[in-house]
Amino acid sequence: MRMMIILPFIGIIERETTMNVQKKISLKDRYRILTRGLDWETSYQPMGKVFPDVGFEGIKIRNWDDFNDPFRLTMDAYWRFQAEKERKLYAVLDSFSQNNGQTAITDGRYVNTLKLFLTGISPDEYMAHRGFAHVGRQIPNAGLRISAQMQALDELRHAQTQIHTIGQYNKHFSGLHSFRRMHDRVWYLSVPKSFFDDAVTAGPFEYMVAIGFSFEYVLTNLLFVPFMSGAAYNGDMATVTFGFSAQSDEARHMTLGLEAIKFILEQHEDNVPIVQHWIDKWFWRGYRVLTLVAMMMDFMLPRRIMSWKDAWDIYFNDAGGALFGDLARYGITLPKYVDVPAKEVNRLSTEAWSIFYQYTHAAAFHTWLPTDQEMDWLSASYGPDWDRLYRPRFLHWRQMEKEGHRYYNNALPQLCQVCQIPMAFTEPDDPTRVAFRDTVYRGERYHFCSDGCKNIFDHEPEKYVQAWLPVHQIFQGNCGGASLDQVLDWYGIEKGVDNMDYAGSPDERTWKEWEAMRGRVAG
Amino acid sequence: MPVKAIAPDYVGEVKDSVDRFHGNIVVYVNWVDHLMFCSALAFPLPPDMSFGSLLSDLLPQYYGLHPDWARIDWAQARWELDRQPFTPDLEKGLAANGVGHKSVLRFTTPGLTGIDGSCT
Ligand SMILES: [Fe+2]
Ligand SMILES: [Fe+2]
Repeated sequence: MRMMIILPFIGIIERETTMNVQKKISLKDRYRILTRGLDWETSYQPMGKVFPDVGFEGIKIRNWDDFNDPFRLTMDAYWRFQAEKERKLYAVLDSFSQNNGQTAITDGRYVNTLKLFLTGISPDEYMAHRGFAHVGRQIPNAGLRISAQMQALDELRHAQTQIHTIGQYNKHFSGLHSFRRMHDRVWYLSVPKSFFDDAVTAGPFEYMVAIGFSFEYVLTNLLFVPFMSGAAYNGDMATVTFGFSAQSDEARHMTLGLEAIKFILEQHEDNVPIVQHWIDKWFWRGYRVLTLVAMMMDFMLPRRIMSWKDAWDIYFNDAGGALFGDLARYGITLPKYVDVPAKEVNRLSTEAWSIFYQYTHAAAFHTWLPTDQEMDWLSASYGPDWDRLYRPRFLHWRQMEKEGHRYYNNALPQLCQVCQIPMAFTEPDDPTRVAFRDTVYRGERYHFCSDGCKNIFDHEPEKYVQAWLPVHQIFQGNCGGASLDQVLDWYGIEKGVDNMDYAGSPDERTWKEWEAMRGRVAG
Repeated sequence: MPVKAIAPDYVGEVKDSVDRFHGNIVVYVNWVDHLMFCSALAFPLPPDMSFGSLLSDLLPQYYGLHPDWARIDWAQARWELDRQPFTPDLEKGLAANGVGHKSVLRFTTPGLTGIDGSCT
């Protein structure tokens, strides 16, 4: 059976390569040969048994042949493009290590954004790889299949190049040594981890809408532009280079996501409400993950690029608005709760940084209080309310530090059942009240940070009752023990090295030594 | 539909059912207008722990760091249990007060609005 499928495929290659040794095969032919038979119809086994995941989501496809691969990229062209980018990246990495590129960054604090990236994002590049491999395996259309497979390879490459690039910093800075283990275990990393776990355990259509469309198309700029521009602004040329190297794939990924969603919507009107719910869900999930980016932009970059508010305006309001205008003809509307981020925009990063400041003892990166100058920047970016509500907080914490009682929150926080972020978000219309939402399902109470997260739970409670909530897991005794030291050991966080404030950390000592050396050289 | 799954009667494993907490219940406590504590505090507590003990032994260890804590007039404090107005009986245990697994207790302390009135 399998021979019959494969044989003609090989046969064609053999025939064409032997008969036309002199004649070059056209690009079009090469693509045809590459994809020939990829959408084979099974005969010994029913299609549903060979492709079990395409049916259960309720998506109706009238004609698979309606999807046309927007790239028609051949394998040799793909390898050529990627190899070229790899050569450039690794040349930059070589010169980085020869010239001690780590000493050229603006400030030692900058490396903490890389810690967040490596532990929070890179392992999810790998998960994106697995997700697209799954789509490629399950979707019975040659064009979608081959382009999903290529994206799966891209994502694997992203994970690899990020690890190699940031690995340069691991030689000099703490907190980067156990990124994989931390991703699976540390409380705040369960936020991006659960996001991707949710996506890869969905069916292939939801995955395409979740990652291919909502993430790659709608939100990716808000993730990568801040990190890569942040790197450029802070002298980290290695990270800028992997950013560029990945960026050229993004255009292809975005096109695939958009073409896939249009195809699904065009196939049957019954697909529209299903897709709309996925858009609502993944917009909200993605936005919640971006909380970490907002915090990185407004508090962690020694040299700021722009505020989270500006980024949201440019990359979501302007770009996203146009996109949803395009999709209106299918009956798709802006995601539910799209008005909430605008209401939270002035406080999101401050609420997030406040979480990490008070739980610094359990974090794998360093924290600090904003300086007066940084607070002026925040109030200029976020208006008089920022001064009224948040400046007193940071001044008070500064005073506590001065008096030798640096503030730590020694109780564990309540977490949202869906996004798994500590429930620190305030009411959309009242920044002074923590937002509480809950549902009772099968006699059990569940808590959420927002209507967005509650809506996701209520749609599929059987999925989210299984959430591995780090705080509850500690209480249950599944995280190495009940004491902080035991939990840190289990996380792979080295106490007094990886965690706590930047001031007094080994990172700070290293950075000051370099500065002193530079001073001696210059003097 | 409680979930979209390949298996028709798919049922998820409830990861936080009360039987997994070694005899404790999880209780969340939120002090309104005091965002210095970013989220409600989560505690695994014996259901027969008295409400008075929660108030005088447990909470001061955490909330005591806030300058407002010492100024609270408990006669004025208003309580909510799972979004309903509530008057705790300090002598009775948590369960006897109606506090269940994953209940949320919120209390408001009139006149106290955090550092410089910022609700921090
Ligand atoms: Fe990627
Ligand atoms: Fe949430």
